[in-house]
Amino acid sequence: MKDYLDQLEAEAIYIMREVAGQFERPALLFSGGKDSICLIHLALKAFRPGKFPFPLVHIDTGHNFQEALDYRDALAEQIGEKLIVRKVEDTIRERKLVDGKGKFPSRNGLQTYTLLDTIEEFEFDACIGGARRDEEKARAKERIFSVRDEFGQWDPKKQRPELWNIYNGKIDKGENVRVFPISNWTELDVWNYIKRENIALPSIYFTHERECILTPQGQLMNTNEFVTIEPEDVVVKRNVRYRTVGDMTCTAAVESTAYTVDDIIKEIKETKISERGATRMDDTLSEAAMEDRKKGGYF
Amino acid sequence: MELLRFFTAGNVDDGKSTLIGRLLFDSNSISTDIIDTLTKQSKAKAENADIDLALLTDGLRAEREQGITIDVAYKYFVTDKRKYIIADTPGHAQYTRNMFTGASNTDLAIILIDARNGITDQTKRHSIISSILGIPHVLICINKMDLKNYDQAVFESIRKDYLAFAQPLGLKKISFIPVSALTGENVVNKSDNFSWYTEETLFDFLENVEIPQEEANNETRFQVQYVIRPQTQELHDYRGYAGALLSGKIQKGDKVRVFPIDALTTVEKIEKFESEVESAEAGEPIILHLSDDLDISRGSTFVLDNELPETANEIDATICWMDNKPFQKGQKLLFQQNSFRAKAAIKSIEGKIDIHTLDSTEETDEIHLNEFCKVNIKTAELVCFDSYAKNRKTGAFILINENTNNTVAAGVIN
Repeated sequence: MKDYLDQLEAEAIYIMREVAGQFERPALLFSGGKDSICLIHLALKAFRPGKFPFPLVHIDTGHNFQEALDYRDALAEQIGEKLIVRKVEDTIRERKLVDGKGKFPSRNGLQTYTLLDTIEEFEFDACIGGARRDEEKARAKERIFSVRDEFGQWDPKKQRPELWNIYNGKIDKGENVRVFPISNWTELDVWNYIKRENIALPSIYFTHERECILTPQGQLMNTNEFVTIEPEDVVVKRNVRYRTVGDMTCTAAVESTAYTVDDIIKEIKETKISERGATRMDDTLSEAAMEDRKKGGYF
Repeated sequence: MELLRFFTAGNVDDGKSTLIGRLLFDSNSISTDIIDTLTKQSKAKAENADIDLALLTDGLRAEREQGITIDVAYKYFVTDKRKYIIADTPGHAQYTRNMFTGASNTDLAIILIDARNGITDQTKRHSIISSILGIPHVLICINKMDLKNYDQAVFESIRKDYLAFAQPLGLKKISFIPVSALTGENVVNKSDNFSWYTEETLFDFLENVEIPQEEANNETRFQVQYVIRPQTQELHDYRGYAGALLSGKIQKGDKVRVFPIDALTTVEKIEKFESEVESAEAGEPIILHLSDDLDISRGSTFVLDNELPETANEIDATICWMDNKPFQKGQKLLFQQNSFRAKAAIKSIEGKIDIHTLDSTEETDEIHLNEFCKVNIKTAELVCFDSYAKNRKTGAFILINENTNNTVAAGVIN
């Protein structure tokens, strides 16, 4: 097996089967974004003709692109697997939390509450996610089996050694493990895989005309019901696509003429800005923004 | 496109993180927003500073504060020919376990030596660990040649010293390249200052170095990760053993022996991604069907009947202790080899290995963090294995503390 995509695929499938073999109540976190769509594709390869040994779980921020939600429901239906949706809105109401504020009121931080509540509700002992090490430098330090305490916290100083392809998923009740099968994939690897496997994606990944606020930093923020448009804002119509599909209020679009996966691969090879740098407002807040969120239980 | 996994080791002062930063930077693998952030961070340290490329790999706050690498950082870059996975490992003795972790599944070791210092204790430790882990190829990068006036004699003398030191280690292949990570000379681009050096730059070396296919050429080993039993009406009797072929090849109709039950049966069908295939090679994720109904579960190993592995309840191994708390006699452990787990205990410690000289001490009762020991392990169930020297997939294991669930040691079977 000499091709690198075959090797990455095999590694991811191996990790998923380890989850199936080691845990009693795992879950696969599925957002309708490209990385988690790849996870589902890999799970089909790992477990068919059997059913998935886990449900799909979506933590819905309420700030989602409708295209991603439609895709999510259609895919779950098509493959006949169970989908659990838990909404950040409900958590805010039940726990009397304060919703995101400001011009772009992101629920990225609030998501953690809903995720931890959901883990507790279903007693999930492992959550498979589509995070990749190339996204961010704190993620680059995280293990594939990332043990979290009962508060969901990641402690970078207490990570278990992880050697060869031997994964230790032993935990006590109340703890859980976040598992990242595509840790070693880059953005380009994901797109090359989508191309090779001919995986369908929500339409917002491809170029379309959209009304956006052009921020002073040069980011294109989608105008939507959650974002306040002020007189001094520069509102423009551009042909854009999304590189990541997160909370609408903090995920920027990039200008693009890419109609096909091949076009996207070409654009990525030419682009000089990283995926999160181009599209995420939440990571530019501070140098250790991601490390701190993860320590707090974030995905 | 091929995949090459390598790790880098060396003391922080040897310029290891700078070297990786340089490799990524000069091969255009770093995005402009990340360069902006780095420039800001470097400027925050000193007004007229150049970009500090080490900041690229030190991803944790504590690492940036202390200016050292504590944990393994994974970095990626790609060329038209290869995808690279770099495990950037810490150099300090106190983080040896993290180095062992990052190095474990790589094809190539890059060990840095500061041209001013020559071989140090670090170099020895990193080389001995590479030898224990059976890394197929070790590349010695002699760095900071700019501070030694690019003197060929310095390079040659370190090379001679290293070969003399490494002689008893049994490293499979050793190469040497003189570089300056700071200036980038001989990393991606050649330099007139190294006119006496006519071989490849580091980058060209990485592009051309042979990627060993050890697993493909080894004896056939398959281990069950998960049993697939849909139990639906159409697939009522379906029972498939899902796992990766760890090494070798397997074909439909092969006579296989199953451990630990020690039963002989036949491969009736091989499935890959819902299609039937005639054969599979090392690394492929497959589902196997056997012609007999046997007591097979997660962790069972299948081998060809004419390529039998060793089976035993007692194993001689070399382990690296990775827990902050020292080993205590009678500690209850779990032995895990891929997906196979069994209760285990360390019966005797035959001696500690001096990680700087490879000398062995006498019998002892204790093992502390980062120490390497030769031990005898007893397991509650029969283990099916090969020596690590013969097969890296079936000769490696970890030990888990049953009480804390921590991975307390990693080992290779002698």
